[in-house]
Amino acid sequence: MARGYKYYEAVEKNAALLGILIFVAVSFGGLAELVPLFVEAHTVAPPPGVKPYDPLRLAGKDIYVREGCYLCHSQMIRALRAETQRYGTFSVASESVYDRPFQWGSKRTGPDLARVGGKYSDEWQRLHLVDPRAFVPESNMPPYPWLEEHKLDGADIAARMRVLRKLGDPYTDADIAGAPKAVADKTELDALVAYLQGLGIANEPAKEASK
Amino acid sequence: MRAQETYNDQVVRLFLLAAAVWGIVGMSIGVYAAAEMVWPSLNFGVPWLTFSRIRPDHTFGVIFAFGGSALMGTCYYIVQRTGHTRLALGGLANFTFWGWQLGCVLAMVTMPLGITQSKEYAEPEWFIDIAVAVVWVSFGTVFFATVARRRIRHIYVSNWYYGALIIAVGLLHIVNNIALPVSLTKSYPVNSGAADAMVQWWYGHNAVAFFLTAGFLGMMYYFVPRQAKQPLWSYRFSIVNFWALISIYMWAGPHHLMYTALPDWVQSLGMAFSLILLMPSFGSAANGLLTFNGSWHLLKTDPAAKFMVLALVFYAGTTLEGSILAIKTVNSFTHYTEWTVAHVHFGAIGWVAMITIGSLYAMAPRALDQPAMHSRAAMELHFWLHTIGVLLYIFSMWIAGTIQFLMWRATGPDGSLSYPFIDSLIAIKGMYAVRWFAGVIILAGMVVMAWNLWHTAAAARARLIKPIPVPIPEPEPHQAPAPLPMYG
Repeated sequence: MARGYKYYEAVEKNAALLGILIFVAVSFGGLAELVPLFVEAHTVAPPPGVKPYDPLRLAGKDIYVREGCYLCHSQMIRALRAETQRYGTFSVASESVYDRPFQWGSKRTGPDLARVGGKYSDEWQRLHLVDPRAFVPESNMPPYPWLEEHKLDGADIAARMRVLRKLGDPYTDADIAGAPKAVADKTELDALVAYLQGLGIANEPAKEASK
Repeated sequence: MRAQETYNDQVVRLFLLAAAVWGIVGMSIGVYAAAEMVWPSLNFGVPWLTFSRIRPDHTFGVIFAFGGSALMGTCYYIVQRTGHTRLALGGLANFTFWGWQLGCVLAMVTMPLGITQSKEYAEPEWFIDIAVAVVWVSFGTVFFATVARRRIRHIYVSNWYYGALIIAVGLLHIVNNIALPVSLTKSYPVNSGAADAMVQWWYGHNAVAFFLTAGFLGMMYYFVPRQAKQPLWSYRFSIVNFWALISIYMWAGPHHLMYTALPDWVQSLGMAFSLILLMPSFGSAANGLLTFNGSWHLLKTDPAAKFMVLALVFYAGTTLEGSILAIKTVNSFTHYTEWTVAHVHFGAIGWVAMITIGSLYAMAPRALDQPAMHSRAAMELHFWLHTIGVLLYIFSMWIAGTIQFLMWRATGPDGSLSYPFIDSLIAIKGMYAVRWFAGVIILAGMVVMAWNLWHTAAAARARLIKPIPVPIPEPEPHQAPAPLPMYG
């Protein structure tokens, strides 16, 4: 063994020292990458004019999350020509400030949805979610027929908004109080369609700013 | 007095059994999910059978239920034998078994019902996260308490990796799952958008690093020298690789977010460290493979050794692929395609599953007090089923990924896109069918293993209540720093 080994031997014979050094070794990467991002994250302001999700779209976003849509659809148009040509302007960080969790995705079995809002009619979205192959026979997307059978719970949505307010989303008392009315008699399908139709429209900075 | 003490193999055997069961469960769900990608009506309109609901069940089932049980079982087996001591805190060790199984069952049941955080590889909701954290801390307590009562002064290299696994995964799990609950079944993460993305992939990447790499390297460093019947090729090399691996891995997470809205400097930093990471990864693989120098003839006679050698080759292959995929330009092609799926399975069923299966075959006869596994022919069959399955799987997904990125960016002479998105899906449907078939073959191999274990355990099953006592040998007075386990 080399001469330096005698110093290392101390580590190898002391479980506590070994544990502490492991903790130190694994901490650097996180500290260097996460801490500056946290600082930076607080400086990423929501785009001008963009409000947090309204009750119906919030319910829709949570259904999107629950069903696991992110496993096949990304919401992140990379700054590459083929992507902007297919999906529209590249995505920026401020567009997802209200997304908990983020929905950038990691795999595209289906197309990116960051700017899908307004590309199809509400009716197309509804029928497509219930039976995707009615429109696109070659699609391998699963059907989601149960969405139109379930009604939304207004009290639950209001509770969700209160938690989001605690986390910093600027909901007013009036926003929260109005939630049960806003989602009354709406189905999960209504909510999901409202969410999809807002993607790339309600959260897009350029569009809002240019108005 | 101490010579009467025996190894606690009861809890080890339970974890082994659980690993075999979860392996089959997790892979069956994977096969079903793969079938749904070819025949999407297989969800029959049932929410909890739908692809997007069961894919997290597949990943959680194989990584945490199968991999986790295998890691904890082998960890308890190895820490006792490399320390010449009985497992500390036997009651707590039993708690880690039942607690882990309960956590896995809860997660596997709730996720398809839509109770999910939908953070990849961290899907279970907050109450399960808390239970898992409690079990994990208990696991760490048992492990470090056992290390503390070891009767050999040097802590063997396998235990460094298990220690790193415990410390790092505990840290990752807690930081990534900080959330504010709305109700029992719904919570929101405290971070949103880009910050959540960074934390998620710092977690996601390092879950691979410490769960699927460091833990299984710990397994490798014990079972490979054992099975090769030779000491580790280089002990000093293992020291360098260990510290390099655990410190560099933590920086590489941003390569999952290339060209996204994450700040560019983080992406570049992630890429640089991903390339550096190739060195300790190759170092570990080489150390394992070179340990077989002089023992290569064992490959003719010992299927467990074959599993281990091929696992190391796949490990080297998948880490090379990982570093290449982390180069920004390459990533701009492969990201979001089936290349990602090929890469993760290259590592998961090539490296992780094969080193686990090899170690199970090495450990099972010893833990079950048998001279050998029940059937060597069945081990051979499993080896070939698994190997052919892995190769079919990764080649089909490489081809599919290549077709995807070529079609996604193909443009005509006028600069317009050549194909609508759906064309790229139609083009790879055949590959999805091949991938499903590969999954079936791999699963068949697992069933063969379960049959073999069942028969190897015949004697033990007859007297399951009374553990087979393996006496703890006295440590040798002047042990070299690489204690090659000789007994038990």
